[in-house]
Amino acid sequence: MIALVDYGAGNLTSVRKALTALGADFIVPSAPDELRGARGLIVPGVGHFGTTAALDAPWRDAIGGAVRSGLPLFGICVGMQWLFDGSDEAPGVAGLGVIAGRITRLAGDAERRLKVPHVGWNSLDFRGTSRLLQGLATGAQVYFTHSYAAPITPECVASTTHANSFSSVVERDNLFGVQFHPEKSGEAGLTILRNFLETCR
Amino acid sequence: MLTKRIIACMDVRDGQVVKGVQFQQLRHAGDPAELARRYNVEGIDEVVILDITATLQNRQALAQTIRAVAHEIFLPLTVGGGIRSEEDAAAAVDAGADKVSLNTAALRQPELITTLAKRYGSQAVIVAIDAKRRDGGFAVYVRSGTTDAARDGVAWAREAESRGAGEILLTSMDRDGTKSGFDCELTAAVSDAVDIPVIASGGAGAFEHFTDVFTRGHADAALAASIFHYAESSVSDLKRYLQAKGVPMRL
Repeated sequence: MIALVDYGAGNLTSVRKALTALGADFIVPSAPDELRGARGLIVPGVGHFGTTAALDAPWRDAIGGAVRSGLPLFGICVGMQWLFDGSDEAPGVAGLGVIAGRITRLAGDAERRLKVPHVGWNSLDFRGTSRLLQGLATGAQVYFTHSYAAPITPECVASTTHANSFSSVVERDNLFGVQFHPEKSGEAGLTILRNFLETCR
Repeated sequence: MLTKRIIACMDVRDGQVVKGVQFQQLRHAGDPAELARRYNVEGIDEVVILDITATLQNRQALAQTIRAVAHEIFLPLTVGGGIRSEEDAAAAVDAGADKVSLNTAALRQPELITTLAKRYGSQAVIVAIDAKRRDGGFAVYVRSGTTDAARDGVAWAREAESRGAGEILLTSMDRDGTKSGFDCELTAAVSDAVDIPVIASGGAGAFEHFTDVFTRGHADAALAASIFHYAESSVSDLKRYLQAKGVPMRL
């Protein structure tokens, strides 16, 4: 069973739909103690980093403890950003801090007409072996919609380039995160979700 | 590199696609879920459902249509047409819409843009602008193009962005349905004035129209309805054509 953490940020319908299509057995816990018994955690997220403030001390303890015990954790979009120390988007809100680094605003480039927010399909440039990306090849395209992004750290297994390059997929032991939306990225996205579910078995 | 997006629009009434379905494709006629499935196979980047009746009694039919289409695709799905309140938007989102598109309601109550952006994030809020050339500028019309909103298109796009819109869906009323090409001047004027993506709509009739709107028109995405219903104008053919012309596409 997978726990899909709903902290009230936006819309989980697409993620639920994708998990259902993949045959995943999942719950949406309403309290941190309901994480017990889960084989994996998904922290989704859309919109503003500040929404993660809803993941208060009891949630952070439960999720942090689960991660330390080896449970696979998959952060999506703001959920991935939350794995880092914090974000310039909401300086007062701490991330989980399991990956060192800070989320910063994307740069645009007026001359090349590169806008922020970065919205649409862009490619993954693989930077190492990854369980999450198994079955895909470098250059695979996925759907992004964001204005802030993670730096390229040792956990980065794929980067993406807008005006600058950023971490689009991170992976370390039982930690996984993607800046894009696998639930809206067609077959490539479903493959990534399926790969995460495999690590939870 | 960020690719340019090709978006298929389905005008829906009582659960049926009512516009742009050509006689060559009769076995697909009318069923949004079936069309969405075909577009997905052909490599469409996004799908828009536009409820063109937008009456109260059609709301349940619309929710069913959204669910049926959402079941077929794992791509961004936008729903527009008659979204007048937070409840309307919530119903669309709960049925499976990733984004909602506001038109008349955004002009009447611009605070709705902000309310929805706060609740769902800006990426979920599209402001649709129907504009017509007038006196060297671009005049905004509402109520399906019947009412002059007394607003300038470029200024309204800027305001929508500042109120929290995540994208602009810009339709040229002069070109809509003419198949004579997108209004590239209108599209460039709006696209250059805002930082959020602009989706060009209205006038798609040939592949070169898309090249034009992505180059001269500075569009981030292009939307069309009827052109994709022709068997000879598949989404995949269009995208291969554009890629060969140097417009980056997801293939």
